[in-house]
Amino acid sequence: MIEVEHLTKKYGDLVAVRDLSFKVDKGMIWGLLGPNAAGKTTTMRILTGYLPATEGKATVCGFDVFDQPNEVKRIIGYLPETVPLYPEMTVSDYLDFVAAIKKVPSARRKKAFDLAVETSGLEKVRKRLIKNISRGYKQRVGIAQALIHNPDVLILDEPTIGLDPAQIIEIRQLIKSLKGERTIILSTHILAEVTQTCDGVVIINEGKLMASGSLEELSASIRKKEGVTIRLRRAGDEAASILREIPGVEKVSRQNGEFAVEWSQGKDLREAIAKLAVEKDWGLLEMRPVAMNIEDLYLRVVSGGIET
Amino acid sequence: MKNIWYVAKKEIKTYFTSPIAYVVIAVFLVLVGFFFYSAIWWFNSQSIQMSQNPYYYQQANINQMVYAPLFHNMSIILLLVIPLLTMRLFSEEKKIGTDELLYTSPISVGQIILGKYLAALVVLASMLLLTGLLSVFTFAFGNPELPQILNGYLGLFLMGAAFIGVGIFFSSLTENQIVSAVLTFGALLLFWILNWASYSASGMWKGVLDYLSFFQHFDDLTRGILDTSDLVYYLSFAFFGLFLTHSVLQSRRWR
Repeated sequence: MIEVEHLTKKYGDLVAVRDLSFKVDKGMIWGLLGPNAAGKTTTMRILTGYLPATEGKATVCGFDVFDQPNEVKRIIGYLPETVPLYPEMTVSDYLDFVAAIKKVPSARRKKAFDLAVETSGLEKVRKRLIKNISRGYKQRVGIAQALIHNPDVLILDEPTIGLDPAQIIEIRQLIKSLKGERTIILSTHILAEVTQTCDGVVIINEGKLMASGSLEELSASIRKKEGVTIRLRRAGDEAASILREIPGVEKVSRQNGEFAVEWSQGKDLREAIAKLAVEKDWGLLEMRPVAMNIEDLYLRVVSGGIET
Repeated sequence: MKNIWYVAKKEIKTYFTSPIAYVVIAVFLVLVGFFFYSAIWWFNSQSIQMSQNPYYYQQANINQMVYAPLFHNMSIILLLVIPLLTMRLFSEEKKIGTDELLYTSPISVGQIILGKYLAALVVLASMLLLTGLLSVFTFAFGNPELPQILNGYLGLFLMGAAFIGVGIFFSSLTENQIVSAVLTFGALLLFWILNWASYSASGMWKGVLDYLSFFQHFDDLTRGILDTSDLVYYLSFAFFGLFLTHSVLQSRRWR
């Protein structure tokens, strides 16, 4: 449905997206997860035809976003990070205008309008000026404009940013209810958003792909590994290489004075590590198991502590 | 074609829901009214003097003595107010992020530009039409020649159309409306006074400078002369402005 192949975007010397590839299947909700300035918005702008990629290719429903922009624009509904609203228009005037420029045939426009208003829960504010409605309603108007031409693909850039907790829950439910026929990509820097609304995730940082896959796939690959974090009173850099020599240890990394030791599932090396620490007189202060879940994965990706 | 109209309709609505159009039109009308009043007052006193002498009395001509200077004054006011009409057209879209909606919709950049251009032309036309009320008095109490007046209005409209072309171009360059208005005003004024430089120039340069000046072409039109070269000048000026705007906006799509 959506395929991104070796996408690169440079702004002068600054590389915003670097050789990014991923694929999203029809009818899925995928999250584009990454810290601020990871390249999420740039990726979405390329997919929607707002910006051209410097290199690489992206297709939506088989249409190339660079060579066939008009076909792509017809099937994409896009909510940019700053909701594109005209403050001096009423909600209904605005949605009429969007329906017109999104080429909704005039015969169907009334119906499309009613559906978008109903789905996004805008009944109460349709006659009001956009500048006078609340932040939450503005976000809803943004979602309504993305939906009005009944697009096959929805691209939502940080749909819940700046909302209060109740509004966040409402918007997440709204997004989930849109699933089915549509393929949805949403970007966020909040992990909970992905685990609660998405089927899969693409994690990026500094424009690079860190991990991607469905949530099940990712948790399964994480579960294959086990490990501990140990804190030692007296240990230098050489400790890492000594730890690495324990049979079965796959990876040792040092972070903030602590050592993370990882091994494959099914073994238990805790005893061996403790014994070694005593033999070497390192002063073992603490040993705790690493709970490997998506949250850890994301944190480590973001802090740069993982290679994939 | 429909797409152009959709964009134009939205722009016209914005002009008239925000105070911009009302303020610009009101200021324009007040100033024009003042100039009209002083021209009529002057014409009146001249006519009384001229009536002493039957020969001179024949020469008294309301078109030459009221309308020609009035059209010149109106053109100067247009120079001042058009930048205020065009400054927001693209600058504001960029600033509030709505350009992202326009450029991710299945309409072309050309259609967006023409829609906005059309909307500004509608405001210009309504501004000029409203000044038509002044002529009710001249026709009621005098006998001006209608074709000559219409010719002057055509000149004003074409000149305004060229101004708007320049204004749209500068609006596409920046997201700051003030910058856009100042650049437009500066460029228009420069083209207006270009013929001053032609006084000291000679040969080909004199011809070039004269041709490029707004003023030179407008003068004919106020005197009731409809010359196709003047029409071509204004239309090509507007077209050039829109063409540059298109290039600026399209450059966003360059790899």
